[in-house]
Amino acid sequence: MRPFTYERATSARDAAAKVAGRPGARFIAGGTNLLDLMKLEIETPTHLIDVNGLGFDKIEDMQDGGVRVGALVSNTALASHPRIRRDYGLISRATVAGASGQLRNKATTAGNLLQRTRCSYFYDTNMPCNKRQPGSGCAALGGFSRQLGVIGISDACIATHPSDMAIALRALDASVETIKADGSTRTIPIADFHRLPGNTPHIENALERGELITAVTLPRPIGGTHIYHKVRDRASYAFALISIGAIIQKDGTGRVAVGGVAPKPWRVEAAEAEMPQGAKAVTAKLLAGARPTHHNEFKLTLVERTLGAVMAEAKG
Amino acid sequence: MKFDTPAGQNPIDQLRVVGKPTHRIDGPLKVTGTAPYAYEHHDVAPNAAYGFIVGAAIAKGRITSMDLKYAKAAPGVLAIVTAADAGPLGKGKFNTAKLLGGPEVDHYHQAIAIVVAETFEQARHAASLITVQYARAEGRFDLAAAKDDAGPSEPSATVGDFDQAYAAAPVKLDATYTTPDHSHAMMEPYATVAAWEGDQLTVWTSNQMIDWGRTDLATTLGIPAEKVRMVSPYIGGGFGGKLFLRSEAVMAALGARAAKRPVKVAMPRPFSINNTTHRPATIQLIRLGATPDGKITAFAHESWSGDQPGGGPEVAVQQSRLLYAGANRLIRTRLAVLDLPEGNAMRAPGEAPGMMALEIAMDEMAEKLGMDPVEFRIVNDTQVDPENPSRKFSQRQLVECLRQGAERFGWNRRNAKPGSVRDGRWLVGMGMAAAFRNNMNFTSGARVRLGDDGMVTVETDMTDIGTGSYTIIAQTAAEMMGVDLDRVVVRLGDSNFPVSSGSGGQFGANSSTSGVYAACVKLREAVAQRLGFNASEATFADGQVRSGNRSVALADAAKAGEIVAEDRMEWGDLEKTYQQSTFGAHFVEAAVDMATGETRIRRMLAVAAAGRILNPISARSQMIGAMTMGVGGALMEELAVDKRFGFFVNHDLAGYEVPVHADIPHLEVVFLDETDPIVSPMKAKGIGELGLCGVGAAVANAIYNATGVRVRDYPITLDKYLDRLPQMA
Repeated sequence: MRPFTYERATSARDAAAKVAGRPGARFIAGGTNLLDLMKLEIETPTHLIDVNGLGFDKIEDMQDGGVRVGALVSNTALASHPRIRRDYGLISRATVAGASGQLRNKATTAGNLLQRTRCSYFYDTNMPCNKRQPGSGCAALGGFSRQLGVIGISDACIATHPSDMAIALRALDASVETIKADGSTRTIPIADFHRLPGNTPHIENALERGELITAVTLPRPIGGTHIYHKVRDRASYAFALISIGAIIQKDGTGRVAVGGVAPKPWRVEAAEAEMPQGAKAVTAKLLAGARPTHHNEFKLTLVERTLGAVMAEAKG
Repeated sequence: MKFDTPAGQNPIDQLRVVGKPTHRIDGPLKVTGTAPYAYEHHDVAPNAAYGFIVGAAIAKGRITSMDLKYAKAAPGVLAIVTAADAGPLGKGKFNTAKLLGGPEVDHYHQAIAIVVAETFEQARHAASLITVQYARAEGRFDLAAAKDDAGPSEPSATVGDFDQAYAAAPVKLDATYTTPDHSHAMMEPYATVAAWEGDQLTVWTSNQMIDWGRTDLATTLGIPAEKVRMVSPYIGGGFGGKLFLRSEAVMAALGARAAKRPVKVAMPRPFSINNTTHRPATIQLIRLGATPDGKITAFAHESWSGDQPGGGPEVAVQQSRLLYAGANRLIRTRLAVLDLPEGNAMRAPGEAPGMMALEIAMDEMAEKLGMDPVEFRIVNDTQVDPENPSRKFSQRQLVECLRQGAERFGWNRRNAKPGSVRDGRWLVGMGMAAAFRNNMNFTSGARVRLGDDGMVTVETDMTDIGTGSYTIIAQTAAEMMGVDLDRVVVRLGDSNFPVSSGSGGQFGANSSTSGVYAACVKLREAVAQRLGFNASEATFADGQVRSGNRSVALADAAKAGEIVAEDRMEWGDLEKTYQQSTFGAHFVEAAVDMATGETRIRRMLAVAAAGRILNPISARSQMIGAMTMGVGGALMEELAVDKRFGFFVNHDLAGYEVPVHADIPHLEVVFLDETDPIVSPMKAKGIGELGLCGVGAAVANAIYNATGVRVRDYPITLDKYLDRLPQMA
């Protein structure tokens, strides 16, 4: 871990300005990912701005019938909130499928969106990794890639985004509210929030330097049956091989977002039109153009089969 | 004392304390967090500095330069030690690869330097400032590719004419199985506090074998063994990973010498997996030939594994020499040279991966024969060593384990036709396997003191690796001296105490309690003598020593001063005259999601026959812990080898998965009533590893019975069979 300095932010704008104005400065909230990465010197901030205590820890009803989730709401608080459980069950189910109780108590809503990949080569600083060290190459390509991405990837990076919660947010068309150093705010649709790697896998999202997430907003509830099926090698406390987050209506229409396959929560709206035709048809469009490795080509079959099971379950 | 004739009646047979379900006497210390583990000996070296080890970034090659100047200038740094300035170092008897590498690098993350600083954070940061240039060399990292170049190793054996018998057999199986590299993944990291006083070194560490560790540390440092004291009273799991001296102890000693300060070192998890040892991967070819009524006529088990130059094989054929009958036999071991990290013992070395393969083969063969797999094993039971029929087993209740297990588990409800039982979306199946693990006895010493307060204190360098050694040793001493458990104090894990068997290979419980037995026999003699009793007539019970109509409180014997007795148990030829092994049967019900291929174990039963059970509570803990590890080996545990860079990629606990609570269902354990007087005066055998041997295959066989899909490559992850699952209705 590199030596670093630390201060508490006094306001969101203050925090944003401090990070924007100082190279090497980073926000810290729950720290469940950042601190681990700092210990391994994968992340090497020189200054940490603590944004805990800025008050973004509330879940509020919005006038349009949606819900605003503060950036600092813990994963536990989010998953267990009565309104979330009633109207956005997919979020509760996805969130409790991730990490452990202890981690969810610390981890925040914004931090969950910003967690970095769990690719083993990203975690080993002796190995080339374009995400960790741009231009150094990708050791995962041609290496152990069983857990890694099959779609949306590039020749520079085949990492996946590890979040479960984000799969639910993507299926629900959530938005991310931010504030910048100049005090301006903006709303980023979740679909545009995470970026595909291309030649710049170290740039993972749409945030500008110093831009601070203040909330995640959820549109008016859309009803339907909410199912999150996470497939992994052990029954708990593991990252997904693949996961399906689905909202399925009585008439068989619905939405599907997939985890464990791509550098971002993977959703193809055009594929959802195929839902009445069954899982095979949906998967064909959802994963069209996939480029799996020998190690992870099973994910294509697994997505189709799991989606089939989820659709059958929704039918009851 | 030498144990060279079968045990007769002795004080242990009273079973007033031994054999009773007894909660561990060190439990309160553990649950209150006051049992000091290696890194927590804060009191012994309050001014300790912190060491951080630098590991090699390549698997094979040479360090061409090392730039230490930024690290040396970093805040708080007290010393840096590399091979260039460590002075001449030896290599321990039990180490294959050197514990401090450089300039030659033998494997990935081999230690090449230690940085010592005032704080852990300073040491860790300074370590990252060392820049190392390497010249990479070609390495051998792929067992399958190295298989054809593998040389002959031991054991190997032939009986009769396998080739002819196999050719003539009406029913045959020829199948290849693979098991991957495994990591011990114990909770407590490798950790050591090292302190020098003049030329005397003390290490507080986490080590299963105090005398091996102390001796190898002295050898490595080139100092006399008596100049090293090793202390390891509590160990947070070892599973064989801590049988041997490891780099953190050597580096702590070198760092402390250079910094002229005590030094603490703990290995970070992502470093320890490639730095230390692992269970080597195997490729196993099994060929069985049988008559239509199920009698095995030809039995061949051949195994390939790899290790560092000068290393040894994984003895996966071990059980195949003894478990089943068959007149014509072929046992072969082959060893390839690999440049992966050092392979070495992990819980039940040999039998654990060997049974994973053999017991699938037995299931496959039973199916070919149209026989029930339990019955097939019973038909091929042997009461003698198949390679040497004049040699009997000391006790062998395999058949009883199988029958009782089948009865208790409801095996008769199993549908022999695979893929035929459904519960909603789940395909449900039952599988079973035999359990087998050899018993070993090691020389083990102890010192026993009777204080003037009547307290009995046992001192031995025996270790408690979470197994319950403290408790069974206290039970043994209490039984022998006729006192309650609360009158016994047990002090373990210090090289100042008599050399014991240590813990490993399921030899610890029987060997170390036998050593305590021997010391207690001497103490009884000394007490009798002090009291003027005839030692052979004196009885020890209820805190009293009685002889004829005289009765004296035991405490009174030491009124005139503490009485101390020391002895060790040595072993005669009974291990040669008789085959000493432990037996069992595993039964598993598993469900496989027919959509996703996810496997969930529904219930497990183990029936074990392993001599006298000294403490049913801790013995059961050993069994269920081993069964849990067996589920890990069956379903998820695998060190992924990067064959280009030559290392285990998933080198942390996020990447190397072991079972969590949600993976483990109700586990039932039954011990058969058995005493084995041929083995020891305790009439006990090992239990710590038996519970692991066969579990993986029982799970594999249950998955086969559930789905009809046979997987011969562990772990049985869904990607290996997803496309072969039945179509969903």
